[in-house]
Amino acid sequence: MPRATFRIWRGDARGGELRDHETEVSEGMVVLDALHQIQAESAPDLALRWNCKAGKCGSCSTEIDGRPRLACMTRLSDLDLARPVTVEPIRAFPPIKDLVTDVSWNYAVKRRIKPFKPRAPDAPDGTWRMAQSDVDRVQEFRKCIECFLCQDVCHVLRDHHKHEEFIGPRFLIYAAALEMHPLDVEDREPDLKEEHGIGYCNITKCCTKVCPEGITITDNGIIPLKERVADRYYDPLRRLLALFRRPK
Amino acid sequence: MARWTTFEHDVLVIGAGGAGLRAAIEAASKGVSVGLVCKSLLGKAHTVMAEGGVAAALANVDDRDNWRVHFADTMRGGQYLNNPDMAEHHAREAPDRVRELEAWGALFDRTPDRRILQRNFGGHKYPRLAHVGDRTGLEMIRTLQDHGIHKGIDVHMECTVVELLKDGERVSGALGYEREQGRLQLFKARAVVLATGGIGRAYRITSNSWEYTGDGQALAYDAGAELMDMEFVQFHPTGMVWPPSVRGILVTEGVRGEGGVLKNAQGKRFMFADIPEAYRKQTADNEDEGWRYTQGDRDARRPPELLTRDHVARCIVREIREGRGSPHGGVFLDIAWIKERLPGAAEHIQRKLPSMYHQFKELAGLDITKEPMEVGPTTHYVMGGVRVDAASQMSTVPGLFAAGECAAGLHGANRLGGNSLSDLLVFGCRAGAYAAAFAREHGAAAIDERAAEVAATRCLAPLERGEPAGGAAEAPYAIQHELQRVMQDQVGIVRTEAEMREALEAIDRLRERAGRVLVPGNRQYNPGWHTALDLHNLLTVSEAVTRSALERRESRGAHFREDCPAKSEEFARFNHVIAKGADGAMAVRREPLVPLSDEHQRIIAEMG
Repeated sequence: MPRATFRIWRGDARGGELRDHETEVSEGMVVLDALHQIQAESAPDLALRWNCKAGKCGSCSTEIDGRPRLACMTRLSDLDLARPVTVEPIRAFPPIKDLVTDVSWNYAVKRRIKPFKPRAPDAPDGTWRMAQSDVDRVQEFRKCIECFLCQDVCHVLRDHHKHEEFIGPRFLIYAAALEMHPLDVEDREPDLKEEHGIGYCNITKCCTKVCPEGITITDNGIIPLKERVADRYYDPLRRLLALFRRPK
Repeated sequence: MARWTTFEHDVLVIGAGGAGLRAAIEAASKGVSVGLVCKSLLGKAHTVMAEGGVAAALANVDDRDNWRVHFADTMRGGQYLNNPDMAEHHAREAPDRVRELEAWGALFDRTPDRRILQRNFGGHKYPRLAHVGDRTGLEMIRTLQDHGIHKGIDVHMECTVVELLKDGERVSGALGYEREQGRLQLFKARAVVLATGGIGRAYRITSNSWEYTGDGQALAYDAGAELMDMEFVQFHPTGMVWPPSVRGILVTEGVRGEGGVLKNAQGKRFMFADIPEAYRKQTADNEDEGWRYTQGDRDARRPPELLTRDHVARCIVREIREGRGSPHGGVFLDIAWIKERLPGAAEHIQRKLPSMYHQFKELAGLDITKEPMEVGPTTHYVMGGVRVDAASQMSTVPGLFAAGECAAGLHGANRLGGNSLSDLLVFGCRAGAYAAAFAREHGAAAIDERAAEVAATRCLAPLERGEPAGGAAEAPYAIQHELQRVMQDQVGIVRTEAEMREALEAIDRLRERAGRVLVPGNRQYNPGWHTALDLHNLLTVSEAVTRSALERRESRGAHFREDCPAKSEEFARFNHVIAKGADGAMAVRREPLVPLSDEHQRIIAEMG
C-alpha cells in the first residue's frame, strides 16, 4: 500500500505548528479517513470534529492544501499525494485544539436575528397554503448544513475581523430564508442595515464558491437583501415621501 | 478547588437530536428551566441524516388515510410486539406535531392544492411521509433548533454525560465532561430526559456516526432502569460497500421505489426467488409488473425489492454467503437499467434522487445513471431501548424519562421507514411535558456527592490510572474495533446460539481489557479519552443485544436465528426486559405484552 504524508496543524489557543503524520492510503479514501487512521495509529489525541461522514452535517470543515473543504467529501485521489497534504483548522475562528475551532460566535449571532413569525393561518384548522413555486427559493437556502466554510472565506470576517459588526454570509442567507419565507411577517430590514452590517459585503462571491451545498449565496440571497435595504433607505423617491410623512 | 462546575436545571435533557430538542422546547414552554446537553455542536445530531420523510396520517394526498390505518401499519410492521398504547399516541398525534413544525418555519414540499405533500414508503398503506426532497431530517432539526434557541434553553454543546446520579430511588442529576477543555460538569436536575439515539457504533458496518454508542441505554441501565426489545436491531438492506471508507453509508429505499433492482453477480434478480408466503399475494411475480408499480400503476403489485427491510437484508446476505456477491462483498443495485424503459432516464434519476447521485459521484466516482451501485446491509437503528410508560415516557426510575430511538416500545420487532421522525416528535413532546410536570410536582433532589466523586474518578481513569500492574495498557480504538468485529460477525443479521455464546465471552474479555485502557495527552479535546469512555456504554448495550437475542429462540422481524428460522407462537406473547440483578449481573426476563384494548383489536381485525 502506498503511504502519504499529512502535514497537520497541531496546537491550541497558545499557538501551534504543522506536524507531519504518515499513513497508508487506499482506494476511495477521503481526507477524514486518513485523519481517523492517524488517530487510531499514531496520534490518539488528534482533535477534530466529524459526524455524518456524508457531507450532510457540516462538522468536519477544515482547510486542505489551503482550500476550505469538508474533510469527509475531499477524496485523496483529487489531491497531489507526492508532497505532504496540509490540513489546517478554519482560520476565521479562534483555535481550540488541532483542527477544532471555537465557532460559538456563529451560535450567538443566530440568536440576534429576529425569529420566524408567521402570518395568521389560512385555513380554519390552523394550517397554511403555499405553492411549491413559492417555497422553491427558500428551500435552496434551507439546504445550508452550517459548516461555516462561507464564514471562513469571507474577507470581512477572515481578514478584517468585523465579527462585531457583520454577521457573515451564513447568517445573511439565514435572514434571507426568513425574509423570503412565504409566511413570515417580521421586518428585519432595519436590523440588516444597522445591526447585521449587510453593507460590508462587497459581493466577491468567495462564499458561493466554497459552499458544499451549492447554494447561490450572493446572487440569490445577499444581493436581493441588499436591494431591499437599498430600496427602503436610499431610494430618492421613497426618501422624499418619507420626508413629508415625518411627524410634525 | 471543586472537581467540577455545577449547573442546576429543573429539567435536564441529554441529547439534542430531534427528540431532545422537541423535549426541551416542550419543557421550556411549561415554564421550567431547561438544560440541553449535546454530544456534538447543536444541529449536527443524526436526525440530520434522515432522508425519506416523517410519517403522519395528514391525509393530504389520499383522504382514506387516518390514525387507525397508521396504527395498524405500525403494529403489523412491528410484528405485534409493539406497545399498542404508544402506537396509538404516535398515530393520533403525529399530524399535529408535523403541522406544528410548519408553524415554526419548516417548508415541506407541497401538493398541487398547496398543502404538505406526502409520499409512499415501505409498509405504509397510503402516501404518508411529509418530506423535503431527500433532506427531511435536516429541515426538521434546523426548524427545531432555530425555534428552540429563542426559548431560554441553556445549551451545553460538546458535552458528554458519563453517569446519572440519584437521590434514593429518584434521579437527581448527572455528571459529564465538556470536550473543549475537558472540565467535569455536574448537573443538578429534578427530572432528566434521555434522548441519545442509537447504538450503531457497536457494529463495524453502520450508517451511524461516532456519537451513537448507546449512551442513554447504558446510563439508564446503570441507574437501575429497565431496557426492552434489545434483540431487535434494524439492518438497512442498502448501504454503500465500496470504497471501504464509505462502507455503511445509507442508500435510500427511494432508489428501489424509483425502479432500482437488485441483482447478483450472475445478473439475476434474486429477490423473485424468495417471496414470503404472507406477502405473495401483494408482490409482483414478473419484472414487467414490478416496473409498472414503480411508475404508479395502481393495478400492479409491488416488486419484491420493496419487501420489508429485514427480509431484503437477509436475501442479500444469502447471495453474498453463497458466492454470488459483487466484487467488493455486496450485491448490485441497478437504477441505470430504467433507460431501457424511460426516455430521458439519466435526467429523471438526477431529479428524483439528487443526493444519491451526488453521493456516489463524489464518494465512489460512480455515475448511477450509467452503472449499477454495489450495496450491502448496514446497521441502522435499534428498535429496543429504555422501557418507558406509554403516556409519560418515564422509565422505571422516578424522574428519568426517555424518548426517540433510545426508548423502546413503539416499533416492536421492526420499524417502518418514516416512523422514526414522527416518533421523536410525538414522544419528545410528551417526555418534555411530563418531565416538566414531574419537576414541578417534586422538590429539589439531593446530589450524592460520594457517588459523584466515584463517577468523576471513573471518568478520569483512562488519563490518570497509570500503567496497569498486571498486563499491558490497552488502546481504546483497538478495543472498539474488536468489539465492532465481534458484534458484526456474531450478533449480526444472521444469528446462531453458538456464535452468540462466543460473542458473550468476547465481550467479557473486552470489558476486562477496557479496564486497562490508558490514553496519552491531556483532558483538552482528546478523542482518545472520549473513545475510552464510550467503551463502557458500547459493551453494556452489546451485552444486552446479545443476551436478548440468545433468549429469543425464534425469528421475528429484524431478529433472525439460523438455528430457529421460524416464527414461534410462544415468543409472540412477550417482550424481553433487561435489568441489572442484585448481584450486578445483567438479567433477561419475559414481560407479557401490553394488552390490546377492544378498539385496538377491532382495528387490527379490520386492517391487520
